[in-house]
Amino acid sequence: MSVTKDTQLELHRMMMLIRLFEEALEEMFSRGLLHGTMHLSIGQEATAAGACLALDKKDLITSTHRGHGHCLGKGADPYKMFAELLGREDGYCRGRGGSMHIADLSNGNLGANGIVAGSLTISVGAALSFQLQKKENIVLCFFGDGAVNEGSFHEALNLASLWNLPVLFLCENNQYGMSMASEKAVAGESIASRGNSYGIESIQIDGNDVEAVYESVATFKDEILSNNRPKFIEAVTYRYRGHSKSDRNLYRTSEEINFWKDEKDPIKRYIGKLLEQGITEVDLKEIDEEVKNTIRTSVKKALDSPLSPVTNLEEDSYA
Amino acid sequence: MPELSVGQAINNALSLILKEYPNAFIAGEDIGIYGGAFGVTDGLLETFGEERIKDTPIAEDVIAGLAVGAAMTDSKPIVEMQFSDFIVNAMDPIVNQAAKLHFMYGGAVNVPIVVRGASGAGTGAAAQHSQSLESWFCHVPGLKVVTPSNPQNAYDLLLHSFVDPNPVIFMEHKLIYKIKDDVVLNNIPSNSELLGQAKILSEGNDITIVSYSNMVNVVKDAISSDELSEISAELIDLQTLSPLDMETIITSVSKTKKLLVCQEAPANSSVGSTVISNVVQSDAFSSLSIAPKLVSGLHSPMPSAKHLETTVIPQKEDIMQAIKDMV
Ligand SMILES: Cc1ncc(C[n+]2csc(CCOP(=O)(O)OP(=O)(O)O)c2C)c(N)n1
Ligand SMILES: [Mg+2]
Repeated sequence: MSVTKDTQLELHRMMMLIRLFEEALEEMFSRGLLHGTMHLSIGQEATAAGACLALDKKDLITSTHRGHGHCLGKGADPYKMFAELLGREDGYCRGRGGSMHIADLSNGNLGANGIVAGSLTISVGAALSFQLQKKENIVLCFFGDGAVNEGSFHEALNLASLWNLPVLFLCENNQYGMSMASEKAVAGESIASRGNSYGIESIQIDGNDVEAVYESVATFKDEILSNNRPKFIEAVTYRYRGHSKSDRNLYRTSEEINFWKDEKDPIKRYIGKLLEQGITEVDLKEIDEEVKNTIRTSVKKALDSPLSPVTNLEEDSYA
Repeated sequence: MPELSVGQAINNALSLILKEYPNAFIAGEDIGIYGGAFGVTDGLLETFGEERIKDTPIAEDVIAGLAVGAAMTDSKPIVEMQFSDFIVNAMDPIVNQAAKLHFMYGGAVNVPIVVRGASGAGTGAAAQHSQSLESWFCHVPGLKVVTPSNPQNAYDLLLHSFVDPNPVIFMEHKLIYKIKDDVVLNNIPSNSELLGQAKILSEGNDITIVSYSNMVNVVKDAISSDELSEISAELIDLQTLSPLDMETIITSVSKTKKLLVCQEAPANSSVGSTVISNVVQSDAFSSLSIAPKLVSGLHSPMPSAKHLETTVIPQKEDIMQAIKDMV
C-alpha cells in the first residue's frame, strides 16, 4: 500500500495539530487557567494520527486518560476541546468531563476514560453492536501498556476472539505506566504476544513511524471486515512529559528522554522523510502556519466563551 | 513533637510498622520510586527495599487479593489503592473474600489487612477520581471503615487499623494530605481500641454536628466564623464509620437536642443517613427539638469544572446556613 501525497500532508498536519494543541494546554496550565491535572501525549502523536486517519468517520474509537490526540485524530474541533478543559458551555461535555473524559460521538469517539483498561470491555460491546447490526465498521480500542495487566484486558481479548468481533486493539506502549517500566510490569515475551495467546493476530510496530501506524491500521481494518477476526497492534512509542502534572520523573533518566526527543521524534522524522520525497519546506510551512492559527484562534475563542451554566446536576445525572 | 502533614504522618506510621513488624509489607501502584501518587510512601523504598515496598503492575484485583492471601498466612499487608475510586476493581477480594472469610470459615482464619486509598473531590480530577465511596464498605459486615481528618488521627488510626484483626478500609481524603499540625509519634498499640471511637472536637450546648473525613475541617471553619460566634456547637469527628460510635452521638444529641450531619458523599444510603436513622431510633429521639438535618454532596457524579465541582460538594457557606436555620 502506498500512501498518497495528500494523506502524507494530512498525517503531518494532524501530528502538528496534536502537538500544538497540547503545548497550548501546557501554557494555559502554567498560567493557572486549568483546574485539575492532565496527561499529555507529546512525543506519541504518530500513533493517534496514524491510527485515526486510517479509519472512516463511522468507525468508532475508545480512548484513554491520555486521549487528546485520539480525539483530535477522529476529527474533533480544538475549540470545543479547549472549551471543555476550561469548563465552558461549548465544551464537548459541557465542563463535566474535562481533559480525561472527552467524548465526541459526532465523530465516532466513544470517549476518553479515566480508568486504566476501562474502555477495553466497552469496545467489545460496541463491536458486538456492529456485528449484530451487520455494519461494515470496526471499533479501534486505544489503551496503554499499563492496561494489559488489568483483568478486564484479558476478559475483553478472550471474548472478542471467541465471538469474532470487529475490534482492533491498539496498545500504545510508551514503555511506562506512570512510574512502572512496562519491562518490569508485563510478564511473558511481549505485549503483542498476549494477543496471540488469545488466537488474535498481533503485531508489534514502530509507533513513532506515522506511516507504519497508518498502514497497519488500514490493512488490519480491511482484514477484520473480510475475515471477521479481531486484530491486535502494539505500537511502541514514548512520552516526553511526566505522567501527569505532578510527576518528578524519578524513574527514568533525562538521557533516555532526550534520546527519544532527539533521535525518534515522530514529527521530526516524518518531516525528514517528506522532504526526501519531494515535499517542500514551503508546503509544510503552510500547513504549520494554518495549524498554529487554528490553535491560537481556538484558545482565544474558548477563553472568551461563557462558563457552563450551573444547572440541576442531580437531574443531569440521569437520562 | 514534630510538625507533620497528614501525608508525612501516615508515612511515619508506615515506617514504624515496617520497622517493628518484619512480616509487614506494602504493595500498590507507584508506591516505590515515585513515592505514591500523593507522596505518602516517599522514601520508604530507600529504607526498606523492594522486598517490602512492592510496586505492582496496574492490577487492583490482585493487589487486594494478594493482601487477603498473605494475611491468611501470617503476613501483615498494607495495600494502596492509588485513588480509592479504583477499589471498584478490587471489590471481589474485599467484599466477597476479606470481609467474609473469618465468619464463613467459622473463625478459623483472620484477614488483618489495611486497604488505604485517596478519596474525595476538590482537585478537579472529575467523576472517576473524586468519589467518597466509604458507605459502600460500611454496608458490608466484616469490614471496618476508617476516615482520618488530621495529622494526629491519621497517624494513630493507621496504627490501630494495622493491629486490628479485621480487614480495614482506610480512606484518606486528598485535601487533608497537606494539612499540618504537631503530631505525637505514639508507639504501635497492643490493640485497636481507637477504632469505633468518635472524637468530640469541641464541646457545645446548642447543636450537635457530626462529620468525618475532610468535611470535619470544613465544619470547623464554619463554626469558627465570626457570624456564628454566638452559637455553641458540639463537633464530633466520627473517625471510624464502621463500627459507628453511636453512644457518643446519642449522649451529645440528648444534651443539645439538635443534630446536623455533614458529609461530602451523596445522601442516599450513606453514613449520615445511618447516623440520623440510629438517633431517631434511640432514646435521644424524644429530646430532639427539631428534625435532624443532613448536609451532603449532591446526587451527581463529580464534574471537572471548578465552578460545577463546588456546587456538588458542600461548602462552608452551606454548613453555616444549615446551622443558622437550625439554631
Ligand atoms: C484502574 C486504574 N488504576 C490506576 C489508575 C491510575 N493511573 C492512571 S494512568 C496510569 C498509568 C497508565 O499507564 P498506561 O496504561 O501505560 O498509559 P500511559 O499513562 O502510559 O499513557 C495509572 C496508574 C487508573 N486511572 N485506573
Ligand atoms: Mg504507558
